[in-house]
Amino acid sequence: MIRFFNTGLDYQRLAGERRPLGDVDHPGLTDLSFTIESGGFRWLTGASGAGKTTLLKLMYLALPPTSGRIELLDSDPSRLDRAGRALLRRRIGVVYQDFRLLDHLNTFDNVALPLRLARRKESQIHADVTELLRWVGLADRLTHRPEELSGGEQQRVAICRAVVGRPSLLLADEPTGNLDDEQAVRLLHLFMSLNQLGTTVIIASHNLSLIERYRAPVLELQHGRLVYHG
Amino acid sequence: MGGSCIMADRPSGRARPDPIGLRAASHDRLLIAVVAAMSFLAALAMAGNLATTSLADHWLGGARNMLTIEVPDPTAAVQASSSVTRIDAVLAALRQRPTLSAVRALSPAELGRLLKPWLGDASSSGGTGIALPGVIIAQGDARASAVAGLSTGLNQIAPGTLIETGGGLAARLTTLTESLQASAAAILLIVAAVAASVVGVSVRAGLAQRREAVDIIHGLGARDSDIASPFAREIARQAGLGGLLGGLAALPVLLWLGRLAAGFALVPHAADRGVAGMLMDVPVLLWAGPVVLMLVAALIGWGVARTTVLGWLRHLA
Repeated sequence: MIRFFNTGLDYQRLAGERRPLGDVDHPGLTDLSFTIESGGFRWLTGASGAGKTTLLKLMYLALPPTSGRIELLDSDPSRLDRAGRALLRRRIGVVYQDFRLLDHLNTFDNVALPLRLARRKESQIHADVTELLRWVGLADRLTHRPEELSGGEQQRVAICRAVVGRPSLLLADEPTGNLDDEQAVRLLHLFMSLNQLGTTVIIASHNLSLIERYRAPVLELQHGRLVYHG
Repeated sequence: MGGSCIMADRPSGRARPDPIGLRAASHDRLLIAVVAAMSFLAALAMAGNLATTSLADHWLGGARNMLTIEVPDPTAAVQASSSVTRIDAVLAALRQRPTLSAVRALSPAELGRLLKPWLGDASSSGGTGIALPGVIIAQGDARASAVAGLSTGLNQIAPGTLIETGGGLAARLTTLTESLQASAAAILLIVAAVAASVVGVSVRAGLAQRREAVDIIHGLGARDSDIASPFAREIARQAGLGGLLGGLAALPVLLWLGRLAAGFALVPHAADRGVAGMLMDVPVLLWAGPVVLMLVAALIGWGVARTTVLGWLRHLA
């Protein structure tokens, strides 16, 4: 369950608290209240600069709200200590718009990172990571570094890293932006499969044809405000 | 250790992953060099402290309990009717005192050698024409109260007898030793503070270089200790290497200084013992110095790095 209670984020206020965690000129978010049930699927839409990425940052705990409060996976992050928030982050998979792969690690090690943080056995990590990378067509790219991969391949690696730990919540920021239609559909099926297994999935996207094809409730933002949920 | 989770054991034949990229970055040679220089200075300060303590013990041990008794007109009879000389009477009285030991009169030859710097060769041959006192040396209680009582007793036997003690010299030596030890401790503290500052700057620079990697790992659910521990281990390794190099570089200098100091320490035939003999004279603690410095530098590096990283991570949500 994800619940927002009159939640807002003011970048200037964060900067005033000497926590410059974003662009102070961004309008931020204002008075968001909504609930997403456990195992739900949502499209997150809105024009560029509407606050989609900021909303996702609140959900993956990269930013704290400056007003209101949040409940994530039945926890109130503001009541958790730093170690508790770290453990909560491990239950959240994120596909970043800019991939955010570690340049000095190869494909395998990038994808394996969440499992190593969770202290999984190396033999299990090897099996899971290899299988997932094979499934997304990167079996022959295990030892390649990000700079040796195309944009689409990097995005698939980023998606694999987000889903390899079977997160309770999967957040994706324009995950299909660098993929061709076939790969986009394939990955949407992966997200759907995870959703059917109980993972709550929220995908920020501009791709209206994809949203039309895979109908699901939509959260629409305009200028940092929630203008539609349904 | 929290950091072990992102440095987990891997199937054999594959290198362990380094998510923050600490190994991928080149060694921070400046950090190693500065820590080596600080360790060099620390080794000199430690050795100075050690040598001061050792020399002071050596000198004070003799001076603190040494009594020198001068008996004027030593060969004169104690009384007109007696054949006992004044110096023999004083010797006998001193030997009866249970608090004194090693009581003996200096021979004319010893006295001559002692006075040679002032009186020349004539002092040895007895041709000075000066009436020299008899000199007795003894080990014992050299406190003022004990000496006053002893002086009264001896003057009744041989009027004009003087007692000199090493107490004054010992007090001055003690003050000198304590001030030298305080200086050495101050140098060590300053060196440690400089080393800690350099480590702090190096860690902050490392964090700035690897900010994106740290952000990503933090976002994936790494605990603060998962990030701080690899940093602390790497900095400890570099600081330890610097400490070892600095300690090893200081050894030849310390051996040379030790050779110079051997004369002051009254090591017998110090100059003739050669390198092997000199090496055998080196205290064990000095040989252990590079290892001790390595461990201390590594510990300082580990602690400062961990604290710095944990503090820096507070900026992240």
